[in-house]
Amino acid sequence: MTQTLDREPAADVRHRLDLLREMVRIRLFEERCVELYSAAKIRGFLHVAIGEEAVAVGVNAVLDEGDAVVSTYREHGHAIARGMSMDSVMAEMYGKATGCSRGRGGSMHLFDVGRRFYGGNAIVAGGLPLAIGLALADKMRMRPTVTVCFFGDGAFAEGEFHECVNLAALWRLPVLFACENNLYAMGTAIARAQAETDLALRAASYGIAAWPVDGMDVVAVEEAADRAVDRIRAGGGPCFLELRTYRFRAHSMYDPERYRDKAEVARWRERDPIDLLTHQLTAEGGLSAEARDAMAAEVTAEVDRAVAAAEAAPLEPAEDLERFVYTETEA
Amino acid sequence: MTITEAPQATRRLTTSKAMVEAIAQEMERDPSVFYLGEDVGAYGGIFSSTTGLLERFGPQRIIDTPISETAFIGLGIGAAVEGMRPIVEVMFTDFMGVCLDQIYNHMAKIHFESGGNVKVPMVLTMAAGGGYSDGAQHSQCLWGTFAHLPGMKVVVPSTPADAKGLMTSAIRDDNPVVYIFHKGVMGLPWMVKNPRSIDEVPDGEHTVPIGEARVAREGSDVTVVTLSLSVHHALDVAESLAPQGIDVEVVDLRSLVPLDRDAIVASVAKTGRLVVVDEDYLSFGVSAEVVASVTDRDPTLLRVPPQRIAVPDVPIPYAHDLEHAVLPRHDRIERAVRTAMGR
Ligand SMILES: Cc1ncc(C[n+]2csc(CCOP(=O)(O)OP(=O)(O)O)c2C)c(N)n1
Ligand SMILES: [Mg+2]
Repeated sequence: MTQTLDREPAADVRHRLDLLREMVRIRLFEERCVELYSAAKIRGFLHVAIGEEAVAVGVNAVLDEGDAVVSTYREHGHAIARGMSMDSVMAEMYGKATGCSRGRGGSMHLFDVGRRFYGGNAIVAGGLPLAIGLALADKMRMRPTVTVCFFGDGAFAEGEFHECVNLAALWRLPVLFACENNLYAMGTAIARAQAETDLALRAASYGIAAWPVDGMDVVAVEEAADRAVDRIRAGGGPCFLELRTYRFRAHSMYDPERYRDKAEVARWRERDPIDLLTHQLTAEGGLSAEARDAMAAEVTAEVDRAVAAAEAAPLEPAEDLERFVYTETEA
Repeated sequence: MTITEAPQATRRLTTSKAMVEAIAQEMERDPSVFYLGEDVGAYGGIFSSTTGLLERFGPQRIIDTPISETAFIGLGIGAAVEGMRPIVEVMFTDFMGVCLDQIYNHMAKIHFESGGNVKVPMVLTMAAGGGYSDGAQHSQCLWGTFAHLPGMKVVVPSTPADAKGLMTSAIRDDNPVVYIFHKGVMGLPWMVKNPRSIDEVPDGEHTVPIGEARVAREGSDVTVVTLSLSVHHALDVAESLAPQGIDVEVVDLRSLVPLDRDAIVASVAKTGRLVVVDEDYLSFGVSAEVVASVTDRDPTLLRVPPQRIAVPDVPIPYAHDLEHAVLPRHDRIERAVRTAMGR
């Protein structure tokens, strides 16, 4: 995807079909996760990003193989967009030995060192310090790489966020702060938690380039991320994107949703990022009904295979429990 | 004085309802009590620690905060120093990492540092514990860490009645009290059903002294000293072993600071056998402290070596089977009791 980008991505129908497919992959994967949760195959707290797929896909589309990604507990989409296989993610959700974290991590702690995907972090704002450290290491080694750190609007309330953005700005670290502003932190609407709700404005106060983006429009996200990443790679220091999006479902699986209007959810659903792009491509004649159905069928088959593999996979034996608390190689 | 005091009426409540009842009663009684935390208002606390309180007391006293634990714990300390009685909720014990400085360097030390001049009458509540696949950053108990750091009392109720009584006492205490509830004892509709999480709770005012353990079941053969959800498991095991002629005494610590060492010693003096069950990490923690409470006093009380059942020193894994292998569940408790009994 990165290769095609230089040649007018927005105009390139095939490229947008790829973006659409990625979003559909995440959507169908997560919808299946919801079903599997109800069937008690997946446990614990499950946070899906249904409605927010354009952010994961648009940002990941501009990354190179060597770039790094740090995410939150709402990270299945980021992991899949980063190229982690559905098999390894689904197996992790099942707690199986073949999962990307060997069943030890679960939904909130997906890791893939090969793809420089460093979690999967369940502490609000907890990923930001790690991200600036990755960026520092890259800078010290003079690698032309970028670290993307995804986090929610809620992270703005934590001191860690401000400490990290300041440090990254001060030391001009190659970090893209990708804030998924979905207007809520659990049951708390942004205006009830932030004195100034213009998050890009606040980030800019640290002296970095920061701007808001329509997070329901995958092409807009991709363009913004591309601009930001170019700037960072060129040594311009960190950037901040406020990706305005919305989660369609509850914060996690169980959530009475007493804190928001059904009408508000319905309004945002009209801007479903998958529907938006589908309509656009269909209207342009770039996507036939048959092609759309074929895409859905292929992705469904991919999800089916991941589920079947996870079902069949072994559990880690309890005897191995104490492994990986410490390293197994001699220093 | 009240010689003719009638036995207090009770009704059956879940632990969460009992806890909320104590908070509501104290808020009625004392206008300086207020509650502060993340999603404690309309949401009612993610573990139902404040259900219904917003409707009753309004947003001036049931206060939703941003995700700024350092700020709002420190703010609670400040208000307490001024004579308010805040109850501050940190959603999970696991999150103490982002705000520990305010807890152990400030909340717990100001009274000492000021030579006793400044008091911090606040309650810090948090949910603890695993068993439901919430992963390594959402399943820890960590009460041993709070208990290790001087300057705060630490209470850990296991029953609805104690949840109410200890909350009332914690609010009235002039010291900072860390009040830790295990999610598994709360009686939440969306957790695994726990029949012991609903029980008789006294009506009206009910206090439980902080620092007094409770014998949850009398027995003569072996003492199981434990706390929180593990009390429920230990009672189940005791009941299942009774028909086999093993008579287990279960001591519910209820409070870690102060620790009721007398109650521990008294029970072991009777049985001569000790099993400690703790859902916190094994090493450098509660289980060793309980054993030391006996050996410091009189090691000859122990007829057999003490057994410690706790989380082996590994982070809590996500996978259900692995998680259950590290938690102190029935099978491990039963094995330890049998080992102590030599059968
Ligand atoms: C330090 C810390 N405090 C509280 C929580 C509990 N918590 C989990 S998610 C969440 C809301 C976060 O909102 P936001 O950052 O906007 O991300 P979103 O869930 O909307 O994607 C809270 C309060 C936590 N995980 N870590
Ligand atoms: Mg949010």
